[in-house]
Amino acid sequence: MNLEDFNPLSGKRVEILDEEGNLIGEELRPAVLTDEMVLELYDKMVMLRAADQQALTLQRAGRMGTYPPTLGQEAANIGSAAALETGDWLTPSFRETGAMILRGVPLKLIYLYWMGSEWGSHFPEGVNVLPICAPVSTQTLHGVGLAWAAKLKGERAVNLIYFGDGATSKGDFHEAMNFAGVFFTPNVFFCQNNQYSISVPRSQQTATPTLAQKAIGYGFPGLMVDGNDLLAVYAATQAAVSRAREGGGPILIEAQTYRLGPHTTADDPNRYRTPDEVKEREPFDPLRRVRIYLERKGLITDDIERERREGYEQMARGEAREAEAMISLNPDDLFDFHYSQMPPYLTWQKEYYHRILAAQREFDRG
Amino acid sequence: MAKLNLVEAINLALAEEMGRDERIIVLGEDVGRLGGVFRVTDGLQSQFGVNRVIDTPLAEAGIVGTALGLALGGLKPVVEIQFMGFLPPALDQIICHISRYRNRTRGRHTVPLVVRMPYGAGIHAPEHHSESIESILAHIPGIKVVIPSNPYDAKGLLISALRDPDPVMFLEPKRIYRAIRQEVPEGEYTVPLGTANIIRSGKSVTAVAWGAMVREVMRAAELVEPEGIAVEVIDLRSISPLDDDTIVQSIKKTGCGVIVHEACRTCGMAAEIIARINEKAFLSLAAPLERVTGFDTIPPLLKLEEHFLPDVFRISRAIRKIAQF
Repeated sequence: MNLEDFNPLSGKRVEILDEEGNLIGEELRPAVLTDEMVLELYDKMVMLRAADQQALTLQRAGRMGTYPPTLGQEAANIGSAAALETGDWLTPSFRETGAMILRGVPLKLIYLYWMGSEWGSHFPEGVNVLPICAPVSTQTLHGVGLAWAAKLKGERAVNLIYFGDGATSKGDFHEAMNFAGVFFTPNVFFCQNNQYSISVPRSQQTATPTLAQKAIGYGFPGLMVDGNDLLAVYAATQAAVSRAREGGGPILIEAQTYRLGPHTTADDPNRYRTPDEVKEREPFDPLRRVRIYLERKGLITDDIERERREGYEQMARGEAREAEAMISLNPDDLFDFHYSQMPPYLTWQKEYYHRILAAQREFDRG
Repeated sequence: MAKLNLVEAINLALAEEMGRDERIIVLGEDVGRLGGVFRVTDGLQSQFGVNRVIDTPLAEAGIVGTALGLALGGLKPVVEIQFMGFLPPALDQIICHISRYRNRTRGRHTVPLVVRMPYGAGIHAPEHHSESIESILAHIPGIKVVIPSNPYDAKGLLISALRDPDPVMFLEPKRIYRAIRQEVPEGEYTVPLGTANIIRSGKSVTAVAWGAMVREVMRAAELVEPEGIAVEVIDLRSISPLDDDTIVQSIKKTGCGVIVHEACRTCGMAAEIIARINEKAFLSLAAPLERVTGFDTIPPLLKLEEHFLPDVFRISRAIRKIAQF
């Protein structure tokens, strides 16, 4: 793919598979993206939807805190993360459950995080994924720093940074883009433009016609991609990652998608958009078109899909149970991880709290 | 042994440690070719190259936020913020991320970096160049806050900071950057973080200070000595972790205490120190604890600066007041 063909000011965007499952940009499809691989990635999207649904069930049952659903953004999550190679890094925001799983973060840890334990961000050794970042856009700088470190050390790792449309209004995003441009870091900035920052629509977020064009101001290319098109997202990210790895510098991808659900389980989307608007977007569901495409190829049937989905639902239930079993209520955890060596005042506060707990137990016994 | 000022001592510490540890990189505005606006990093770029001493764009959050990523990537960044008055844009990164990464990831990721910055008033600087907001930093869990008051300590404390596995904020009292010369050994020595130093012994009053105020307190102590008031002066050197043991032991001896800082009074470090003395040595007190501080005002432009800063007169009055209580 020639990225220069997709100058965002031209209004062009990367599209390969339309919403009816027809190939409309076959020439953009990388050879590595075989039908078998499409099937594999579709399977991951099914898995993500099941994992997401399980999280919502847990939240409604009071077994999980606030959760940000991915519904509608599965292609953006899975298609992008699949383009990374071993050794690359992923810097997530907070709506990248699928991307994180794909890069080796166990689902149970993501559940554990949203259930309220910091152990959910203690990823296994060798998993090159930074923890979920709640403050918007601040993580973009960390991703640039990590990529910069790789460049200074002569390593070939690329860092893929996720953020939303709202993040492009914040200062840290602009400083990250500027640093990446100046130091020519191997970064792929991946904007999941899901059209809403909680309740504020894209039209009120920024005055530029596209988000991708912001890259031009920092001296590197930006491109738009149909974020609901798994094949297009993969192709664009793969091209951007390869370019960065070969010393081509940073790039910004704006994946135009749509959040079908709420921002998090804490908000009510009916207050800021109509049910009709969401209904109009349903035909663009990222799973639908891949499903039709694979069906026509004879690679998937109702029975196969049902079986797979049920398998993932069962897996997600199992991961949730494991997460719950991992929840540590050890109050020492409150104190133990702030410093490599605990300072005396904190040791005193920890001991004090142990005395309080003992006194409370004594009191409760009467 | 060479007599160095504070700027030269810090420069020497950086040069020696960079020679020892190739993971150390220096980054910030103007730190490379210019050698920093106070020349603290002078000559480092020509010695270690542009990949280890890096002039960055003008962007405090950018510098500190990318430094976090560089630290996660296995390097040891030493960031210079040009003046503490320009720290606030970077506080978001310090409060939300640098201080929390170790806890957030239960030790999987640590952030071993140093953020250096000149701070404090007294050099007739423009607006936003005289701030002393160290108590904001001391309030944040997960970081350390270190403030030398002389060249020897500056080198030893900075080497400790560079070798510390946790993030360290290293505050440099620019008022005394070039005001003091002291013998500073070449080669390796360290001054431990979190350990106060009793720099003058006395039995009448305990005076606690840090940074540029240490010199003012020493002058006040000498002023009241002929009056029969023997002041024990404690240079805190680190305000986080705070070595309250040394303070408490001294208070138990003298029964009187005055805490001096140039930062604003409300929620300043003196308030914390007084609270700890009350918790641990209340019955040893012979007089109410005193504090001599900057006012709860914005640090003024140069013409009013001397009215803002605690000086020998204000400090010695406070010492006499409690000694004669």
